[in-house]
Amino acid sequence: MYSTKYVKAKDIDDAATIMASAEDGKFLAGGMTLIPTLKQRLANPDCLVDLSACGLSAIADDGSAIRVGAMTRHVEVAESALVQKTIPAVADLAGHIGDRQVRNCGTIGGSLANNDPAACYPAALLALGGTVHTQSRSIAAEDYFDGMFETTLEEDEVIREVSLPKPEKAAYVKFPNPASRYAMVGVFVAKFADGVRVAVTGAGEDGVFRASDLEAALDANFSADAIADGTVSADGLMSDIHASAEYRAHLIGEMTRRAVTACG
Amino acid sequence: MRTITMKVNGVSTSHDVPDNTLLVSFLRETMGLTGTHIGCDTSQCGACIVHVNGKSTKSCTILAAQLEGAKVTTIEGIANGDELHPMQQAFHENHGLQCGFCTPGMVMSAIELVEKNKNLSEREIREGLEGNICRCTGYHNIVKSVQDAAGKMGG
Ligand SMILES: Cc1cc2nc3c(=O)[nH]c(=O)nc-3n(C[C@H](O)[C@H](O)[C@H](O)COP(=O)(O)OP(=O)(O)OC[C@H]3O[C@@H](n4cnc5c(N)ncnc54)[C@H](O)[C@@H]3O)c2cc1C
Ligand code: FES
Ligand code: FES
Repeated sequence: MYSTKYVKAKDIDDAATIMASAEDGKFLAGGMTLIPTLKQRLANPDCLVDLSACGLSAIADDGSAIRVGAMTRHVEVAESALVQKTIPAVADLAGHIGDRQVRNCGTIGGSLANNDPAACYPAALLALGGTVHTQSRSIAAEDYFDGMFETTLEEDEVIREVSLPKPEKAAYVKFPNPASRYAMVGVFVAKFADGVRVAVTGAGEDGVFRASDLEAALDANFSADAIADGTVSADGLMSDIHASAEYRAHLIGEMTRRAVTACG
Repeated sequence: MRTITMKVNGVSTSHDVPDNTLLVSFLRETMGLTGTHIGCDTSQCGACIVHVNGKSTKSCTILAAQLEGAKVTTIEGIANGDELHPMQQAFHENHGLQCGFCTPGMVMSAIELVEKNKNLSEREIREGLEGNICRCTGYHNIVKSVQDAAGKMGG
């Protein structure tokens, strides 16, 4: 790891101020992505701004949505009685990220800021039509993701919390990479009074995306039978050592059927 | 450089280390506690697992600087004098290790797993140890060891 300076921010404004004065700083949340990146010398920040003392880890009921603080660890979301009751699909998603040690440290804010094309939370945010709140503004999921590992966050913008609307029914099913548990394909299906939203992670060349063909099929008939083989095209899907685009297209259909079945 | 003070295995300890020091280097190189192992550089093998404020944590993926004032427990800190921790004893009795490289991480991970839920099914044990890779045993006797220890730890 290159040498760097570590600073623990007192609150979110302090974090933004420190970041603004650094040449090339990075926020440090759970470290589960950032520290491996630093160890591989793939990044060389002059300053790490630790967010752990900023008090950003509450989970609250907000009527039609839940609000989850950016520093809430995956284990806390998985074990939260409120999340289990209101959006069990999100508790289940958090409970299957990586392994127990990754879940003890990793955070929802870090996952969404990183926007790994194979990460799980981006699918939940997009399918639920959630909102990312920073120190200065609120960004709707549709305007938030900006391609692989890219978001519309500014350099010194800190995610404060995330709101996730409560659906009538929802489920997330992933086909995990057997080594890392990241999604080779992950599908989040959410049914709201005004329609079905389907978000796919692990597959798109530009990261997470909404599958409008699947949404239309499920709007007409919310059942696993609505997704026939070959519904999903391989256009725009990734091909890599883990899977071809065609195989990923097949998995999207299958994970969607499983998610709809899991919705009950 | 900064001075870091933490409680390691119950003893308060202070050392001057560079800001980019990983907890695992702090333990192994600064403190000489080499029971905690490094098995990979991708945060995937679990050989380096210790407890930080009671939570199992990959010590290769956290900076010592993040842990000012924290309580850290390593494999060296779980036995009671000459009496092994029930999890260590169970690994010993059930042939839960071969080369032993993964064992410190397995034991630390398994202790937290059992402390959270003493009535684990075999499947829950296997899923609970997903973050620990063993190249030798085929996992079978590790699962048996954890089941045995869960009984002895009050399950
Ligand atoms: C072995 C392993 C397996 C994994 N498996 C999965 C998996 O199955 N599914 C999955 O989804 N993920 C997986 N992950 C990734 C894990 O979920 C990470 O925790 C997550 O991607 C990053 O969160 P973090 O809190 O660790 O962030 P960090 O690593 O600390 O930060 C990541 C990035 O986000 C930025 N950042 C962090 N917090 C904020 C904030 N509040 N505001 C603005 N920017 C911020 C940081 O500057 C950095 O650039 C895995 C990781 C490992 C090591
Ligand atoms: S050394 Fe492999 S996970 Fe820490
Ligand atoms: S006993 Fe050799 S790696 Fe597990």
